Amino acid sequence: MTKQMITMTVNGEKKEVLAEPRELLIYVLREKMGMTGPHVGCETSHCGACTVEIDGKSVKSCTMFAAQAQGAEITTIEGLGSPDSLHVLQESFKEHHGLQCGYCTPGMITRAHRLLQANPNPTEEEVRFGIAGNICRCTGYQNIVKSILSAAAELNAAKEAAQ
Amino acid sequence: MKDEVTREERVTNLKGLGCSRKRVEDARFTQGKGNYVDDINLPGMLTGDFVRSPYAHARIKSINTDAAMALDGVIAVLTAKDLEPLGLHWMPTLAGDKQMVLADGKVLFQGQEVAFVVAKDRYIASDAVELVEVDYEELPVIVDPFKSMQSDVVLREDLDPKAPGAHGPRKHHNHIFTWEVGDEDGTNAVIDDADIVAEESMYYHRTHPCPLEPCGAVASMDKVNGKLTLWGTFQAPHVVRTVASLLSGIEEHNIRVVSPDIGGGFGNKVGVYPGYVCSIVASIVTGVPVKWVEDRMENLMSTAFARDYWMKGKISATKEGKITGLHCHVTADHGAFDACADPTKFPAGFMNICTGSYDIPIAYLGVDGVYTNKAPGGVSYRCSFRVTEAVYFIERMIEVLAIEMNMDAAELRRINFIKKEQFPYNSALGWEYDSGDYHTAWDKALKAVDYEGLRKEQAERVAAFKAGETRSIMGIGLSFFTEIVGAGPVKNCDILGMGMFDSCEIRIHPTGSAVARLGTISQGQGHATTFAQILASEIGISADSITIEEGDTDTAPYGLGTYGSRSTPVAGAAAAMVGRKIRAKAQMIAAYLLEVHDDDVEFDVDRFVVKGAPERFKTMSEIAYAAYNQAIPGLEPGLEAVSYYDPPNMTYPFGAYVCVMDIDVDTGVPTINRFCALDDCGTRINPMVIEGQVHGGLTEALAVALGQEIAYDDMGNCKTGTLMDFFLPTAWEVPNYETDFTVTPSPHHPIGAKGVGESPHVGGVPCFSNAVQEAFRPFGNRHTNMPHDHWRIWKTANDLGMHD
Amino acid sequence: MIPAAFEYHRPSDIAGALSVLAEHGDEARVLAGGHSLIPMMKLRMADVPHLIDLQDIADLKGITIDGDTVTLGAMTTQHELIADEALFAACPIIREAALQIADPQVRYMGTIGGNVANGDPGNDMPGLMQCLDARFTLVGADGTRSVAARDFYESAYMTERDDEEILTQITFSATGAGYAYEKQKRKIGDYATAACAALITKDGDKVATAAIAMTNLSDIPVLSEAAAAALVGTSCDADAVKAAVAAALEDIDPTEDNRGPVAFKMHVAGIIISRAITRAWSGA
Repeated sequence: MTKQMITMTVNGEKKEVLAEPRELLIYVLREKMGMTGPHVGCETSHCGACTVEIDGKSVKSCTMFAAQAQGAEITTIEGLGSPDSLHVLQESFKEHHGLQCGYCTPGMITRAHRLLQANPNPTEEEVRFGIAGNICRCTGYQNIVKSILSAAAELNAAKEAAQ
Repeated sequence: MKDEVTREERVTNLKGLGCSRKRVEDARFTQGKGNYVDDINLPGMLTGDFVRSPYAHARIKSINTDAAMALDGVIAVLTAKDLEPLGLHWMPTLAGDKQMVLADGKVLFQGQEVAFVVAKDRYIASDAVELVEVDYEELPVIVDPFKSMQSDVVLREDLDPKAPGAHGPRKHHNHIFTWEVGDEDGTNAVIDDADIVAEESMYYHRTHPCPLEPCGAVASMDKVNGKLTLWGTFQAPHVVRTVASLLSGIEEHNIRVVSPDIGGGFGNKVGVYPGYVCSIVASIVTGVPVKWVEDRMENLMSTAFARDYWMKGKISATKEGKITGLHCHVTADHGAFDACADPTKFPAGFMNICTGSYDIPIAYLGVDGVYTNKAPGGVSYRCSFRVTEAVYFIERMIEVLAIEMNMDAAELRRINFIKKEQFPYNSALGWEYDSGDYHTAWDKALKAVDYEGLRKEQAERVAAFKAGETRSIMGIGLSFFTEIVGAGPVKNCDILGMGMFDSCEIRIHPTGSAVARLGTISQGQGHATTFAQILASEIGISADSITIEEGDTDTAPYGLGTYGSRSTPVAGAAAAMVGRKIRAKAQMIAAYLLEVHDDDVEFDVDRFVVKGAPERFKTMSEIAYAAYNQAIPGLEPGLEAVSYYDPPNMTYPFGAYVCVMDIDVDTGVPTINRFCALDDCGTRINPMVIEGQVHGGLTEALAVALGQEIAYDDMGNCKTGTLMDFFLPTAWEVPNYETDFTVTPSPHHPIGAKGVGESPHVGGVPCFSNAVQEAFRPFGNRHTNMPHDHWRIWKTANDLGMHD
Repeated sequence: MIPAAFEYHRPSDIAGALSVLAEHGDEARVLAGGHSLIPMMKLRMADVPHLIDLQDIADLKGITIDGDTVTLGAMTTQHELIADEALFAACPIIREAALQIADPQVRYMGTIGGNVANGDPGNDMPGLMQCLDARFTLVGADGTRSVAARDFYESAYMTERDDEEILTQITFSATGAGYAYEKQKRKIGDYATAACAALITKDGDKVATAAIAMTNLSDIPVLSEAAAAALVGTSCDADAVKAAVAAALEDIDPTEDNRGPVAFKMHVAGIIISRAITRAWSGA
């Protein structure tokens, strides 16, 4: 099948990529753009390891063709912070032992990022419900929930201080 | 030299044993910069993909690869015929059996590897898989081990039915081994004469470790230099190197095996899989790198499962509740090939830890391994070899005995615990438990949950149910477990003849920082953080100045890898021992520099000081610099050491768990209201990491107890091949856990540590299961099998007439 | 898991989509959120040589509330349904049900149109739409027609929609009825073991109207008129609920799967229906 040029903005940078229509977004991100943060875990949209943000939505990129993302703004874990300036969530996951093997972590943090955009002050229950599309096999979630709640508190404190 | 820093600050700066040091691994993982096998992308790399059998048992009449080969971009399609001249169409398993790499004449389980397509990319490979035509003739399928032992159908036609297997005589053409431990006649005699006898049969269902990252490998044969590099999801990279060398004939120095970051293992990544072998062959044939990464369905349907034990027990006791004997027989369903990952002399692993935490004077264990048309495996899913099965068995037998005696199960346990003063304790089935203080742990855990109060509440709830005021009942799940981890003494434990020691090598750099390498490999346990802590305390260099490397066989010393909670007990011990070697040399250097006798200096946190004159000292940095740059009479330059540690015994972590659960009798839905876990893993290296391991292990226990299974229909079709049906709980289904601890150091481990990663799983499964079953005890339940998913819980209620 | 190759179409209006459908017939499928179709394509259980992505068609989007009439564009996502306050005011059961579908990521992509159109008996919205007596607008080469949700489902994955038609919008009346969507599932992301939508209105202290529909308990969604009839005119007391449940159970035909055997599902369905009715009545 003929390849087509797909244009999208990934982590603020405009990218063009030649891809067959059947190429899934996760593979295009990982293999054609070098964004190996999001991972493939289940392939059937249950585990969330492939979660990225597309136009303000959390999306499982294993269940989306790259062609569908034509023209979209995409943020992956690589776009959330930089080595010199980690995102509060990245710091918080480190601080509260919110990860072990690290395989779910990029999807989990990317999802948590959107969750806190939508609900800056979530309860524990809302966090648990909000990350229920992301499976972690290592942590039992307790420290992930703690990390997200702590990041929320910190972001809110920073916002208040700024006002 | 003046020192502005207090001793307390120096201890803090060390970040050694006992502190909750933040993990050094997390920087890369939180930024998406981990390096997992599927992240490896080499120039010209090809993709491998399998044609797999849709049938559980069939003869292969023909394989036609023409159409696949005709597809543009397909480089090769390998079948058993192609591998046969190389002697690689079969491979040895870790259990002394052999397994088809690619189907040789027949297939024995659904999902079995039939042909290996090598193509330019994953898209072409997956199209080519569809084009390989395989003509199957279906054969009768056996999914029940008891029927298998009666059946005329010969599953393994490659084996001489009369010849003994790797573990002795075989009783039937579908039988693998009989393994017996203990005194059967003596045990039977005790049970026959006992005041009280409780009997129960239980099935510990088949499940799967299902790490979030599936298995995969990248093989790269460099024909110019004659070197093979193999990256992969290996929990034991050195063993893989040795096996690869033996299989391929490539000398071991020309093979480099690398385990990069691993996205969880839980036992799934111990074995050697056909995908690894095929990638190697394909790279040797094509001369370019070949990647194979399985998908989730392939992972669940073809790589190593766990459990699948049919267990039959008899336990006897005096009228007062003192256990007098235990008899256990297991029919073990091993699937199509015996690919269990157990030490050679233990075909059923350490199932003979099944006397548990109790002082049982006489016992017998018999295990029969059986072939069926299911996927091979039998790995230890987050436990030491078959210990989860053993602990589940004894913790259920205790509950059944408590029912038989109309006794409180917590009290029955207390009466029978091995007493503190009995350690080291020799169990009836041959183990020497190193240390324990079970009564203290038990009392602490029960006090934490207000056990008496819970029982009162439960009695009220039972009354309310019986009065028709509620349809919800309450279960109090108890478990007390003793793990046996840290395989193991080389005299007892080997895998494929390789002794199960482990190793640590360290180089102190001239400026006082260090790199240490070990024979283990972290899959999320945080070795780079915790091993540095052990070394920091032993050597006096801050953990932040010690890089830990694992998983590259070209650089790391030989070791047997990470599974069975063996990293801390064995490699952690090697780290402590290597630190002591460094310290011994450092002492001599310090004494020389301070111009005193070796015996006149002593180690103090991060330095050697002159005894009685603490203002005279040399820091480890100064000592390291001198080691390289100053000629010291009688000493070689440099400061490095290696230690291979063969542990004198296993370690025996233990714990006391309590789960409080509500059950909706009408829908079968359980709600976990409380879970308290007290763990004793000996000396605690990093409390934060320990707590994280406990949370994770408990969650995997919850999954197994409440729904996670690999199920087959009668045709051998795997019914649970995706995450829709294979239960991995989300944050929504998982409770918050309360954790606690006691510390009973291992007397033989250099720092007294015992290992913890698997304890919560081992103790957690019976605790969750007991909570479900105990809720129904007042209504007549004795035993029901896991997994306790909604319908099986409902069925328990239904069978007890609670819906009438 | 890689799908077979296909041609990708992304029309900007309904006419464009229809022309691709007309040209390729059953070789073409429309793509909404894709979370049912794409996994099937990846497993190569759905062969789709021509995939028509509907995301650029503005006419398929949006939630409109005009007086008592609620119109949902087929491409409205579950997330948008949940977030829309006006829709919540007009018909709160939609939010309650949508929150029980899959997980956050899937709700960001999954659409109401895809959920009602593909005929998967596990989907949650069809039963609810039958409760609401919604109508589906189908547009094809021969024009536009409206089909009642109650007449739409024929058997699993078979619906009244022709291969060359597109379901463009869903229309129903706002309702102040007491409501409940009760769903038992094994975990987040699972389909229902049993689910029931209930809408009940009150006249004085009696049930004025009732609508009871069930999900994943037959090969199509099941609206039980007998269950509704058993409630109307009663005070929704225990006997009435019991009668309604008995009637509803007569109308379903669950099959055994990994969630459990038929007897279990029938029993749980009874509990879930009873809870849905009781809660809907309490809010009526």
